[in-house]
Amino acid sequence: MSTFEFDGNEVPFREGQTVAGALIAAGRRTWRTTPRGGRSRGVFCGIGVCFDCLIEADGVSNQRACLLVATESLVVRTQAGVGRP
Amino acid sequence: MRADVVVVGAGPAGLAAAAELAEGGARVVVLDAGQRPGGQFWRHRPEGIEADRDLHHGINEFSTLQRRLRDQEARGALTYLPGHQVWNMTASHDHCVIRALRAGRPADVAALEVRARYVLLATGAYDRQIPFPGWELPGVVTAGGAQALLKQDGIALGPRVVVAGTGPFLLPVAVGLARRGADVVATLEANHPARWLTHPRALAEQPGKLVELMEYAAALARHRIPVRNRTVVVEAHGAGRLEAVSVARLDRHGRVSATRRRIETDVLAVGYGFSTQTELAVSAGCAVTTGSEGTVRVTVGDDQRTTVDRVFAAGEITGVGGARLAQVEGLLAAAAILAALSDQPVPHSAALRRIRRERARLGRFADALHQVYPVPDAWPSLLRADTIVCRCEEVDLAGIQHALTRGARDGRSMKMLSRAGMGLCQGRTCAFATATLTSRSTDERLDLASSVRRSIATPVPLGLVASHPQADGSPTDGTTTFDPPQRTGRDT
Repeated sequence: MSTFEFDGNEVPFREGQTVAGALIAAGRRTWRTTPRGGRSRGVFCGIGVCFDCLIEADGVSNQRACLLVATESLVVRTQAGVGRP
Repeated sequence: MRADVVVVGAGPAGLAAAAELAEGGARVVVLDAGQRPGGQFWRHRPEGIEADRDLHHGINEFSTLQRRLRDQEARGALTYLPGHQVWNMTASHDHCVIRALRAGRPADVAALEVRARYVLLATGAYDRQIPFPGWELPGVVTAGGAQALLKQDGIALGPRVVVAGTGPFLLPVAVGLARRGADVVATLEANHPARWLTHPRALAEQPGKLVELMEYAAALARHRIPVRNRTVVVEAHGAGRLEAVSVARLDRHGRVSATRRRIETDVLAVGYGFSTQTELAVSAGCAVTTGSEGTVRVTVGDDQRTTVDRVFAAGEITGVGGARLAQVEGLLAAAAILAALSDQPVPHSAALRRIRRERARLGRFADALHQVYPVPDAWPSLLRADTIVCRCEEVDLAGIQHALTRGARDGRSMKMLSRAGMGLCQGRTCAFATATLTSRSTDERLDLASSVRRSIATPVPLGLVASHPQADGSPTDGTTTFDPPQRTGRDT
């Protein structure tokens, strides 16, 4: 099975699966904290509308994990607040 | 890139129109945010929709549409571009310019501009939400989100799930999750289906819908999923993630009973009908209204023409009515656009008359549906001062009330004074709640339209906006006002 990297760990994914889907399948429910309250968030709308599932992908913050299709060599990380500049 | 017609959205409305247009001789470009055709309704895995027959309705219709799309693609009449998010469009007297981003890994993101004679907007809808204490806890998802994960990623959230909100859409969500192994512990419907009895004509005209409802009822019974009518989730509990929900009955007058029942669950899939995705239409200058059901509707004439020359609209954005109505509207739009392309009036064919009658029938059914399954009036009584209303900017009810005391009167001033709706989702999730709270406090009419007035329909990396050439070399249209750079800049 193919994998991508999440916070230094390999996460398996099926072809066509989103990063959000693969992370949930791997048992993760959250991968970012909010800027003000520091609250954990993961998937809410699941279709790219709500921007709750933000994640850092290939070094770029604020990517929607529910829209991002998983690929080999993709590197994603949890995002704290507004993310790294 | 150039085309006769750009179709935005490849759901039921966009697909039906695109196939018809290309077969009718138009050069068509279809831009769709999804990875595969079908929209939210026919969202499916790469293996194909056949892999999940039991999760879908109208599979044969979709397969036919998909085949027609592929045929026209092979013929060179149609360009289908998945994974493209349209973020802005302008329409002038002789052409339209549509600006899209190819989504994907950050390095793959690229700008695309299409110049076309006509545009059909078929951008669809998403679950409408109302806030309640604890709804921001991980484990609370939209009903559509739970279904999207099921249909696209092959994942049934769980192990235990409560499905709640209002509308018949909750039933396929509950049944689908159960079929893929989730333990659906309850389905909670805020309204009562018995209200259908006050709409005998709408029901009689759509006997198939009644059969569908009964099939779902039977499936729910088979999976031993209790359905509780006139029941709402009043609070989600958990430390860091959802652990349980409190539920309460609504009485005949819609008041929330003081008696609460606790249900342990890992997931809550919730949705109170749908909100329409009308930002693009509004940015193009199309007139919209706030329907009595509480959604923004793009105003269209008999042939799906908007109030802006060259711009047509079909599907949920003209009024939520389901996949069949969307296809019918797509067909009517296609007929009108084909006629316009050849400078002819829309033909008076028997086929078109039949389609118009079907649109009227389905429209009556949709109106009845909105009346049977309204958002429960009493929802603001569930909120506490610290209940989050705007998830992005983490604005709570106290923040909304503070803005009201400082003089917020409408969507715009509420946004400025409270920051609700200023985050990355730009109010898509909270606009209904914020606008409702504002209108109740000010006694003004519910105004949802101002919340969709943004020129950028999706956050765009600043570099791409700045470097974006105008198709005709002219500066940006005067009606276009960009959001402050720091808002869009956060996406870079």
